[in-house]
Amino acid sequence: MIQRTPYADAFTYVLMALGFLLLIGPFAVIVAGASQTVQQVNAVPFNFLPQGQLLANMAEAWQRANLGTAMLNSFIMASLVTFGKVALSAMTAFSIVFFRTRFKHVFFWIVFITLMLPLEVRVVPTYAVAADLFEPIRLLIAWVTGITVSLNWNLLNSYAGLSLPLVATATGTFLYRQFYLTLPDELAEAARMDGSGPIRFFFDVVLPLSRTTMLALTTIMFVYGWNQYLWPLLMVTDPTYKTTMMSLVALLPSENGTPDWNVTLAGSLIIMLPPLLVVAVLQRWFVRGLVSSEK
Amino acid sequence: MADITIRAVRKSYGKTATLHGIDLAFASGEFVVILGPSGCGKSTLLRMIAGLEDITGGEIEINGRVVNTLEPRERGCAMVFQNYALYPHMTVADNIGYALKVAGVPKAERRTRIVETARIVGLGDYLERRPAALSGGQRQRVAMARAIIREPGVFLFDEPLSNLDATLRVTMRAEIRKLHQRLSATSVFVTHDQVEAMTLADKLVVMNKGHVEQVGQPLDIYHRPASTFVASFIGAPPMNLMDARIDASATLARHEHLAIPISSAMAAALAGRDVTLGIRPEECRVLPAGEGLPARVDFVEELGSGRIVHAAFGSRIFAAAIPLDIRVAPGDLIGLALPPAQLHVFDRETGRRLDVTHSAGRHEPVRQAAEAV
Repeated sequence: MIQRTPYADAFTYVLMALGFLLLIGPFAVIVAGASQTVQQVNAVPFNFLPQGQLLANMAEAWQRANLGTAMLNSFIMASLVTFGKVALSAMTAFSIVFFRTRFKHVFFWIVFITLMLPLEVRVVPTYAVAADLFEPIRLLIAWVTGITVSLNWNLLNSYAGLSLPLVATATGTFLYRQFYLTLPDELAEAARMDGSGPIRFFFDVVLPLSRTTMLALTTIMFVYGWNQYLWPLLMVTDPTYKTTMMSLVALLPSENGTPDWNVTLAGSLIIMLPPLLVVAVLQRWFVRGLVSSEK
Repeated sequence: MADITIRAVRKSYGKTATLHGIDLAFASGEFVVILGPSGCGKSTLLRMIAGLEDITGGEIEINGRVVNTLEPRERGCAMVFQNYALYPHMTVADNIGYALKVAGVPKAERRTRIVETARIVGLGDYLERRPAALSGGQRQRVAMARAIIREPGVFLFDEPLSNLDATLRVTMRAEIRKLHQRLSATSVFVTHDQVEAMTLADKLVVMNKGHVEQVGQPLDIYHRPASTFVASFIGAPPMNLMDARIDASATLARHEHLAIPISSAMAAALAGRDVTLGIRPEECRVLPAGEGLPARVDFVEELGSGRIVHAAFGSRIFAAAIPLDIRVAPGDLIGLALPPAQLHVFDRETGRRLDVTHSAGRHEPVRQAAEAV
C-alpha cells in the first residue's frame, strides 16, 4: 500500500539522505585525501575539500606499486573471468533448460551445489588442484601399471590459474536459466520447424534475446574478477602476475615510515576506476537484465 | 502437395496414454480440421505429424514416406503456432526468411521470395518492423508468411486464431481459406471452435479423450452425428439429449412421464430398447400451451436473428430456437413439438448412433407438426 503524507515523505527523504552520506562519505575521503599533501592529509580535523596534489600523488602511487603491470594483470584476469563466465553460464543454462535428458535433474543439482561452495570455502583443495593438475592421472597410472611417472603441470603463476577457478561456479548459470525459462517453448519449436538445429538456435535466437542478461552478468563478473584478493594472493608468487588488489597492500605506509596516506588514497582511486567505468557504461542494461523480461 | 496417412498412432507420457490408436488418411490438397475439447489429444496429434513429439506407437506417413524418425525439417511441414512464436529480435523480413537463411538460400533470392510472400499475406509495408510493433492480426500474418515461404507440402495450424478478437478471427478465417485455395497444400488445422471447424473444413475429424469420434464432411457430421459426444459438441446451442425407452406397442418413446411420438420405422427397429434421443434446438417447434408436449419457459436468449427458448421439459431443460414473431416470457407454459423425422437416436450404453432407415425427408424442413400425444 502506498500512502502519501508529508511526515512520511520527510522521514523517507531524511533516511535516504543519511544512506547517501553513508555511501558517499568514504568516496569523499578518498577524493579529498588523494589530492592533498602529506601534511594536509594528516591534519586534524580532516579537511574534506580537494586540493591540487591529485596528479602528483597518482604518479607517485603508480610508480611505487608498479601499478602498470598490476592493472594490466587485473584487467586480463577480470576480462577472462567475465568472458569465461558469460560463455560458460549461457551454454550450461541452455543445456539445462532446452534439452530433455533423463539426467537433467542430476546435472542441475551438480551445478546448483557449486553455489554453496564459493572459492573461499574450497580454497585449499582448489589450490591443491591448481598446483598439481596431473596428480589424479599419475595416481591412476601408478595404480593400473605400477609405474610412477613424473608428469607435472600446474597453473600457479598463470592467467589460466588466476581465472579458471573463478569461472567454475553457478551464479551466472542461474541468471541465464531464469531468463531462458521465460522464453516460450514455441520459439524453440518454431526454430525446429524452420530447420534450425540446437547450435544455430542458440546463436541466432537465444543469444541475441539474452543480450541484457549477458550485459548484467558482464558487469557483475568484471567487478567480481577485479576485486579478487584471496585467490591471487595464494597462487601468485611471481611479481609479474601481481594484481591490483595485491599492489594495494604495497601502498599502505609501513609502521615506521612516512604516513603518506595521500599516495595510498590516490592509488586506490586509480584501482577503483576501471570497475567504476564498467558499471557506469553498463548500468542501464544491468538493471534491465536483472529485472528481466524485455518482450 | 502431400497426402498423410496415420496408422494406429498412439502416444503416452510415461503410463498415461493420451492417444489410443488413431487411424486417419488425409488426401493431398485437403483442408482437414481436427476438432475437440481441450485435452482430447488433437494438438498432440498435430505435433506428432510435425515431428515435435515422439510417436509412441504406430506410423505416420507423409507422401508415401514413413516419417516417424525424421526431424521436423525433413518432413516438409510448416507450422503456425497459437501464440505465433515469432522471433522477437528479428524484423518481419528476417522472421519470414529465417527458414531460407537456415537452408542457405542466397541473399538476393531470399529477398525476392520474402517480398513476394509478404505481398501475398498483405505485409508488404511492414517488412522492417519488429513483431512487437505489430497488431495481433499482423503477427498472425507474419506467422503464416513464415510457413508459406518454405512452400511446404503440408501446413499445420495449431489453434492459430484463438488469440485474436472475434472480428479479426472471422477475417483471418476467410483469409486462411482463400490462401488454401490459392496454394492448395494439404492443411491440418486444429481447433476447439466449432464455427471455425464447420467453415474451414473439407474434412472434419472430431476427437474426444484420445479417440477419433467421427470423420466426415462438416455437414454430414452435423446432420448425422455418430455419437452423443459429437451430437452435443457440434451445434450451438448443443443438441438436446434425453434418455428414453422405445415403447414396444406404440410408435412412442417414453421419457419420464412424457410420450414422444417417433417414426414407425424407429418404433419397429428399436422396440423395447433403452436409448438416448436427441434433437437439435432449431428442429424443435414451439406450439401454444395445450398442444404438443408440455414445457415451461425457464429463460429466453435473444440472438437478434431469432431467439432461443430454454424450457423445463420433464426434469431437464430443453433449448428450442424460435423465430422472432413468437413471443414467450419466463414462466409461460408452452407446447413443444419434436418432429419424429428429426430425432436422432443413440445407444444408451455406448452412446453410438443407431441408424434407422427413415422415410425420405430427413434433412428437409419439417412440415408435419407433432402427431397427437
